[in-house]
Amino acid sequence: MTATDRNRAQAVLLKELREYRRRRSIIATMAILPILILIADAVAVFVVPRTTVILDARKYVVSPVLYLLLIPSVMPSTLSAYSVAGEREQGTLEPLLTTPIQRKEFILGKAAAVALPTMVLSYVVFALFLCGVALFAKTAIASATFGQGALVLALFLLAPLLAGWAIAVGMIASVKARDVRVAQQFGTLVSLPPVALILMLAAGVIHLTYLTAIIISAALLLIDYGAFQMVSRMMIPERLVMDSKPE
Amino acid sequence: MSGDGAIVSEGVRNEPALVVNQLTKRFGNRTAFADVSFEVAHGEVFGFLGPNGAGKTTTVRTLGTLIAPTSGSAIVAGIPLNPDNGVEIRQQIAIMPEAPGLYLRLTVTENLEYFAALYGLHRPDARIREALGAVNLGDRANDLCGSLSKGLRQRVSLARTLMSDPTIMFLDEPTSGLDPAAAREVHTLIVGLRQRGVTIFLTTHRLEEAEKLCDRVAILNTTLKTVGRPAALRSQLFRSSILVKVRTPLDHPGVVFDSIRSVESWHAEDPATYVLEVSDPLLAAPEVTRRLVESGADVLHMGERHRSLEDVYLALMGDVAVMTAP
Repeated sequence: MTATDRNRAQAVLLKELREYRRRRSIIATMAILPILILIADAVAVFVVPRTTVILDARKYVVSPVLYLLLIPSVMPSTLSAYSVAGEREQGTLEPLLTTPIQRKEFILGKAAAVALPTMVLSYVVFALFLCGVALFAKTAIASATFGQGALVLALFLLAPLLAGWAIAVGMIASVKARDVRVAQQFGTLVSLPPVALILMLAAGVIHLTYLTAIIISAALLLIDYGAFQMVSRMMIPERLVMDSKPE
Repeated sequence: MSGDGAIVSEGVRNEPALVVNQLTKRFGNRTAFADVSFEVAHGEVFGFLGPNGAGKTTTVRTLGTLIAPTSGSAIVAGIPLNPDNGVEIRQQIAIMPEAPGLYLRLTVTENLEYFAALYGLHRPDARIREALGAVNLGDRANDLCGSLSKGLRQRVSLARTLMSDPTIMFLDEPTSGLDPAAAREVHTLIVGLRQRGVTIFLTTHRLEEAEKLCDRVAILNTTLKTVGRPAALRSQLFRSSILVKVRTPLDHPGVVFDSIRSVESWHAEDPATYVLEVSDPLLAAPEVTRRLVESGADVLHMGERHRSLEDVYLALMGDVAVMTAP
């Protein structure tokens, strides 16, 4: 067996980024969701009653902060669903598979190409939101936001793990589906469980503490690992280039 | 990068580049190809012919490690075909699929840079320039692939396969869908590769293409029908014959032809055209000419009838027994 070659994964990443650059509409449409969430959150935390005190302010900030996690949960699904199905549709998958690239290198490169813009956009939006709160929100709101360490920890810890889920299941859909549109629809559907988790946290169904944040992160880490293993197992060239299962 | 796979050296150039032994691939109840055996020498252009659905592309995919064979064995570029050797084999070969498979939003150079990185090539810029030069595309290096014609895309695809300097190049229907001028350009490139000593495995259903380019051909229709040099196949399948055309039909052709010892049999293709099966055309032709003149015939044409690879192919597709020529 040959060891995984990081250069080949980097080559896949570079190629994907070049394609994004040539098709800026991909990034433009990716940015729509983060902008909408940022606007909605800004309205939620800046339009609060004058008399709000820190204790009351907590209920105004938990939901908007957690809703920021919708960005890494939902945004990658379309791109990751395109990763394999798109190559197959444009006829580039077979030439690619005839090179010495290994499935792990391919998956790593493709996943990085989706994760990179997702995480950059997510953290930029998080930073903008938190800077806005620190600079312009009422003192009670700012104190409530930064005073809840578990909330900020959850924001930065869960974001890459939720993105990992969306990317992995999007790639599973992409490997399985024969059509890009089917892959993208399936990829969007499977991003719903993380959305449900975020809603439960925001509604207080799951009480957010340091412990729950760490438990949820650990669980997501395991799920992500399992999902990427599944992608790797499913990426059988015979299955990808033919319409039949290998014997 | 090639590791243990880089075992094709001058010392083993005498070994075949490709050895296939009773290779079979089945998808459930459907047999793509069965019991296929042949060898390809280094530097040989080997034609793999067959009708659509004969199993040509599946054979290439199997030898290219994309598909696992159901049974049988193969040695590709000196490396046994098995799941553990996939990367090493793919390092030694290059496959040009029927569709060019280029990233249309990337330039020609960017496409080649990507594949150069996947092959782990050192100094890719020089390799890319060389490959583009070989396919006469140096001046289109910065064009987006989406802006190129189908013929030019096929040339970029060929440049991609050349770039890694493979031991064996698999070209799967390289002229499919190309106009005659573009197809001729691809033929010229293949001739150039042969002159450079590259081993080429060419699948095609264009018989004139195979006849023109290939040292040997194999004809596949799920099972291998034959393997050999086109000329040898012709002589194995067809006896030598002389074609005679006269202005008006002979009154008694049997009287004329049956009396010639070197004519083994004859038949009329149309009332004034006769095909004579002969053992030796050079021996038979003067005698046939004399007899025709003696009988008062106005001879319009007389010459050896040349059988094409197409005749061989059509005869074999009619299920002639499997044979092997030297």
